[in-house]
Amino acid sequence: MAAIGGFRRLCTVGLSAVCRNRARNALSISQYRSFRVNGALQQQPFDSLAEKPQFPGASAEFVDHLEFIQPNVISGIPVYRVMDRQGQIINPSEDPQLPKEMVLNFYQKMTLLNTMDRILYESQRQGRISFYMTNYGEEGTHVGSAAALDPEDLVFGQYREAGVLMFRGFPLDLFMAQCYANVDDLGKGRQMPVHYGSKDLNFVTISSPLATQIPQAAGAAYAIKRENTNRVVICYFGEGAASEGDAHAGFNFAATLECPLIFFCRNNGYAISTPTDEQYRGDGIAARGPGYGMLSIRVDGNDVFAVYNATKEARRRAIAENQPFLIEAMTYRIGHHSTSDDSSAYRSVDEVNYWDKQDHPISRLRHYMTARGWWGEEEERAWRKQSRKLVMEAFERAEKRQKPHPDLLFSDVYLEMPPSLEKQKESMWRHLQQYREHYPLDHYEK
Amino acid sequence: MAAAVRLLLRAGSACKSSVANVHRGAGGGLGNAAPSASSVCAPHTSTQRRHAAHFTFQPEPVPSQYGPTQKMNLFQSVTSALDNTLASDPTAVIFGEDVAFGGVFRCTVGLRDKYGKDRVFNTPLCEQGIVGFGIGLAVAGATAIAEIQFADYIFPAFDQIVNEAAKYRYRSGNLFDCGNLTIRAPWGCVGHGALYHSQSPEAFFAHCPGIKIVIPRSPVQAKGLLLSCIIDKNPCIFFEPKILYRAAVEQVPMESYQIPLSQAEVLQEGSDITLLAWGTQVHVMREVAAMAQEKLGVSCEVIDLRTIQPWDIETVCKSVVKTGRLLVSHEAPVTGGFAAEISSTVQEECFLNLEAPITRVCGYDTPFPHIFEPFYIPDKWKCFDAVKRMINY
Repeated sequence: MAAIGGFRRLCTVGLSAVCRNRARNALSISQYRSFRVNGALQQQPFDSLAEKPQFPGASAEFVDHLEFIQPNVISGIPVYRVMDRQGQIINPSEDPQLPKEMVLNFYQKMTLLNTMDRILYESQRQGRISFYMTNYGEEGTHVGSAAALDPEDLVFGQYREAGVLMFRGFPLDLFMAQCYANVDDLGKGRQMPVHYGSKDLNFVTISSPLATQIPQAAGAAYAIKRENTNRVVICYFGEGAASEGDAHAGFNFAATLECPLIFFCRNNGYAISTPTDEQYRGDGIAARGPGYGMLSIRVDGNDVFAVYNATKEARRRAIAENQPFLIEAMTYRIGHHSTSDDSSAYRSVDEVNYWDKQDHPISRLRHYMTARGWWGEEEERAWRKQSRKLVMEAFERAEKRQKPHPDLLFSDVYLEMPPSLEKQKESMWRHLQQYREHYPLDHYEK
Repeated sequence: MAAAVRLLLRAGSACKSSVANVHRGAGGGLGNAAPSASSVCAPHTSTQRRHAAHFTFQPEPVPSQYGPTQKMNLFQSVTSALDNTLASDPTAVIFGEDVAFGGVFRCTVGLRDKYGKDRVFNTPLCEQGIVGFGIGLAVAGATAIAEIQFADYIFPAFDQIVNEAAKYRYRSGNLFDCGNLTIRAPWGCVGHGALYHSQSPEAFFAHCPGIKIVIPRSPVQAKGLLLSCIIDKNPCIFFEPKILYRAAVEQVPMESYQIPLSQAEVLQEGSDITLLAWGTQVHVMREVAAMAQEKLGVSCEVIDLRTIQPWDIETVCKSVVKTGRLLVSHEAPVTGGFAAEISSTVQEECFLNLEAPITRVCGYDTPFPHIFEPFYIPDKWKCFDAVKRMINY
């Protein structure tokens, strides 16, 4: 026990030192906030007589006894929370006091997403779409964070941020169009389901390779900083993706190049079947932030207000101070990883049930609304019915639509079509003319 | 570890800069400038001179259509192109490892002072980060010019290039793209670069739809092609033959101009055989053509491919239809090299015109060796011998 106490103390000291340093930096930033890039290149005053370490690599004191810094994983960075599981505000000073319409909107977007998930999940089970990934348990992180952003803020995500698009008003028809890869799909039917993107809603198209979006988000944030338009970039990823080299790249670049960027890690405990104790041995992802010189926080991802507050403040400061923030939202992936996965092979039903029945972002928000008299059984029934109808209608429309024209297999490889590709396109059509009965041409637009 | 090796080479190049006379006359056979300079820098003084350069750079006629010119070597013409870009495009930024002080090959000298440290800046030492960061800049609408310090170190960014940059436009249905991204990297053998300062990785990228790959042969070409890459609305990789950075000197227009991508250039017309190459190897081919003319009375058509992907099939096939023979040469290993692609395509397109098997003279299927480089590279004698065999076929 003494040992544990010892390293707790040590880590606290380490952390508060980081915070102090940051505070100092923040002060100097406010004085000349525009660009401090590559400050290291300016020659530092060099005083060889001072009795302190002169190493250019770190600013620290000497110490005359041997002591390794221990990680503090037993008592980690605390989880910020605004309301408890019954939807009660714990600390009134932290209550964002959002108006009723806004909270109702949160709830409706989260539940609409949930309804869409159920229907599309079933649709995949029946082989109507080829693949699907649900958002069960993560509805609060998406909606709470999206609500704290400006619609102009650029979103880089992964495959589990449909709620952000939902919040920004992405039509159900376009979600469906992408999953069905029909003529209405903005992506022209080229990617697997749930790889959404929307230029109008500033949501950069999803790609399958994990974590590639992280350094990209840093680059986009740098460009936005130079535009000086008071926008921020948010970049979502899971705790598994954070193990990729690209995550390291993105964190470090964002810090050294002073990018107005929010890294939003959804830590749901699993990367497919891999539990977090096989993913990392530190204190989650949030504890890595200070190591990169990044302000970091851990929030309860099932608490939409905690997520909202953290994102709101991170956004404000990221823009004001041109520096990245890291938010680790603790959640639980209630659904399977994807429709290609059966999670009962690696985790217990009891565990899943706990999060589904006792600690769910949707039920917590509902408790909050009920306590204020903003929502009752009747509203719930009506909304369930209506949202199901909305989704089913979009679903049926999507299923009836044709697939995009086969020519679209060839465009957009380059902005222009190279002659060699033009030739390949012609050769495909020559082939189809002769062998058309072997191809599903009827389902495609003509 | 990679960083340590690079440090050594940086020291070498810094040393060279103090020794080599960058304003040397055009005919100055700079082939040996690099070797002599490096021998000064070498930790062990050696009495044995290095093998002479395997090519001779011959400056081309001064292009008159683009206004006043100035004598520049290849690294200076790259700087000039970057200078023009930063001046005309306020969103353009240049970044990579050590570009702020001018770059380990001096390609960005003076740009930071002229355009500001928010536009010319160092990144942490992380290639996947550099390319990912560049993609992000381009996605947000800025012109991103990323430097990878040696083409040999581009592989950590392979995923970002192949899975991301190349597919951005296609996968998003053209909602998003990173067409404003250009990746520059020193490329090719240098006499003593061994495994990780010599590579020619163009064939790895040629298999990837969505990116353009461009390699110049001279300062004039470098500037015009680089400016085209930067302006092109597709992600481009621009490989700079580093052995030419100082060795190639000619008159280069000071103003901005573009040389079209995906267009090969016929440098010398001929009737008996087509010699196709890119980068430094073009100069080898020119010498081979002269040797073939002189020793064998063979008339060679020399073509610089310039753009590896999408490549100019038409110009190459037109030439082969005329000459009936094709020799393709590149420094990279033969198996899976881009010559294989060219050879196969030309065979399909020009089957009836071919009078001898298409021949590839390339690097061997080994890593690029240090002390054995003179035996490894597809030099003029290997190429000359191939011409001889093809003519006698």
